[in-house]
Amino acid sequence: MRADPHGVLTGTHFIDGDHACCEGALAAGARFAAGYPITPSTEIVERFAARVPTVGGTFIQMEDELAASITLQGAVWGGAKAFTVTSGPGFSLMMEHIGYAAMTETPCVFVDVQRGGPSTGLPTLPAQADMMQARWGSHGDYEIIALCPNSPQECFDLTIKAFNLAEEFRVPVMFMMDEVVGHMTEKVVIPPADQIEVVPRKHTRRPIEDYLPYASNGELVPEMAHAGEGYKFHVTGLTHDERGYPNMTPQTQDKLVRRLQNKIRGASERICMFDEDGLHDADIVVVSYGITSRVAQRAIDMGRERGLKIGKLRLITAWPFSDHNILELAARVKAFVVPELNLGQMVREVERAAQGKARTVAVPHAGGGVHDPAEILNAIVEASRC
Amino acid sequence: MLNVDDTVNPVEPLLRTDRMPHIWCPGCGIGTTVNAFSRALIDSKLDLQSLALVSGIGCTGRVAGYVKLDSFHTTHGRAIPFATGLKLANPKLSVIVYSGDGDLSAIGGNHLIHAARRNINLKVICVNNLIYAMTGGQTAPTTPGHAITSTNPYGTFEPAFNLPHLVDAAGAVYIARWTTFHVRQLARSISEAFDKKGFSFIEVISPCPTLYQRRNKMGDGLDTMKYYKEKSKVKHGAPTSEVGLTLNGEIAVGKFVDRDRPDYQSMMRAQYVESLGERYMEEPEMECVCG
Repeated sequence: MRADPHGVLTGTHFIDGDHACCEGALAAGARFAAGYPITPSTEIVERFAARVPTVGGTFIQMEDELAASITLQGAVWGGAKAFTVTSGPGFSLMMEHIGYAAMTETPCVFVDVQRGGPSTGLPTLPAQADMMQARWGSHGDYEIIALCPNSPQECFDLTIKAFNLAEEFRVPVMFMMDEVVGHMTEKVVIPPADQIEVVPRKHTRRPIEDYLPYASNGELVPEMAHAGEGYKFHVTGLTHDERGYPNMTPQTQDKLVRRLQNKIRGASERICMFDEDGLHDADIVVVSYGITSRVAQRAIDMGRERGLKIGKLRLITAWPFSDHNILELAARVKAFVVPELNLGQMVREVERAAQGKARTVAVPHAGGGVHDPAEILNAIVEASRC
Repeated sequence: MLNVDDTVNPVEPLLRTDRMPHIWCPGCGIGTTVNAFSRALIDSKLDLQSLALVSGIGCTGRVAGYVKLDSFHTTHGRAIPFATGLKLANPKLSVIVYSGDGDLSAIGGNHLIHAARRNINLKVICVNNLIYAMTGGQTAPTTPGHAITSTNPYGTFEPAFNLPHLVDAAGAVYIARWTTFHVRQLARSISEAFDKKGFSFIEVISPCPTLYQRRNKMGDGLDTMKYYKEKSKVKHGAPTSEVGLTLNGEIAVGKFVDRDRPDYQSMMRAQYVESLGERYMEEPEMECVCG
């Protein structure tokens, strides 16, 4: 379906990534946000708080991130599209409810504008060190989707995509921004509403007596109902059967947890988006995401000027990780160079997926700034010599 | 009077009978509170489709699984913020939070006071068994001084929360306390809370014969009913600062607070209308997400 024009600020804007993310959420149909202030993400909900009363919706500032991350899920079961925004310390507090959203299959979006950590770290400066937390932060086996924008335009476009994926797969989607992308101001083009594709809720059309809230019906993603519609359904974070009833058996656990995993893994080719260039004859592939991909582009350009065959693989989707894509490349390139604003997170995935068929070279940075392109270029040159 | 069909318990249509038997121990008071709650729903003639019930974690947290309503068993302490989102997204719903003392006042204590401060239109039923029961009888913020618990085997010494006083100070508009002996009064209070617009809090003192009464040599479930009967004193309108509980002392019961102040959504609407005028779009467009 097409976007509701009320929420779409069609036109050409000069705004930062945080504001663009808010506009993306509104365009996607988000009419509920619960938040707790934290730098460098707060501008997203500040804008939402100003905009949403004029388009029919609610913003509530909660008492902490624990509350914000579950309030939004109550709103989803009440019929809204909902999200919250935070940064590292708040993201840590939200882990409990990322698990709850995964287990209860509550479609929602968590925006994490990453800053330096651990703990309070660098509140106003960038990092990309929450990537593994986004994937593994809550306890138990589960799958999420994570997207990494590298510009204000992508903060708009991919926020819509994040909501669409959340609805399609009934999964919490992590929107992994970083401080630079969040605070960088660039041109953002917002198309007319009738050019914006919005995925509606996977709402059941079954009569009440035929509805099983967690029956996969052969599609792995169950149909949803909202409170107040007469279905009288039950939702629990306990291991549950197709009726949604708690069932404490290894068999029910196995069936449920495997389905939660398979609904994402089985669709990973469709979920995984890349920005790629020069891969066909590359010796070296630079794998990057978020703000680092823009610094890496400079290094790639410099290396190509020297005659090196460098491919670019930008991860727009970080999770699920595309093992298949890396393995296929590993068979025909010398090495992967992986710069990121952490001391080695996604590089481990690249290394694992390459299965030893190509070298993997990390270009770590502890955060607080971005790489010097020369550091990445040096790693490319080193890797191409081996 | 209920129209009683003697072959069916009148509250059965409100329960998920396919989930019986429940997990609660013999002598536990939670089932008694569910019975009173169900009778209040019948007496209030509420449209059951418009009700949603939200629980946290613990013995009382399991209530959500046994009532035949849209029901949510959430995470530990977070029933109130979940219910807040549900209520704000669909203001037509009547949202009940049904949870225990540990869930609501310890791990969820921050949410409890802020929901009362905001005066979110929620009906909170707090079953207070004075301990953490699901995990084996540990000390809770509500455990009276000197009580024996698994984590205070020589007697507790932390001062306990007086929950009516806490939510009174935070701004709740309706506050009552009963015990599981007072089933009719409890049902009446629940019905009254449905008529209130704002944050309502009903505390139900309830036995845990397995873990609290036994360790404190208070006998079984029946002995506890006798204790509730003898030691309860109805004190409608009592200052909430004076209704704290002690190990073996008097239990003040009754309706302590019944007042009116604008609820969150009324205040929100008024503020937006004042500031935005015709630019304010009140009705959330929830239809759009259902395709």
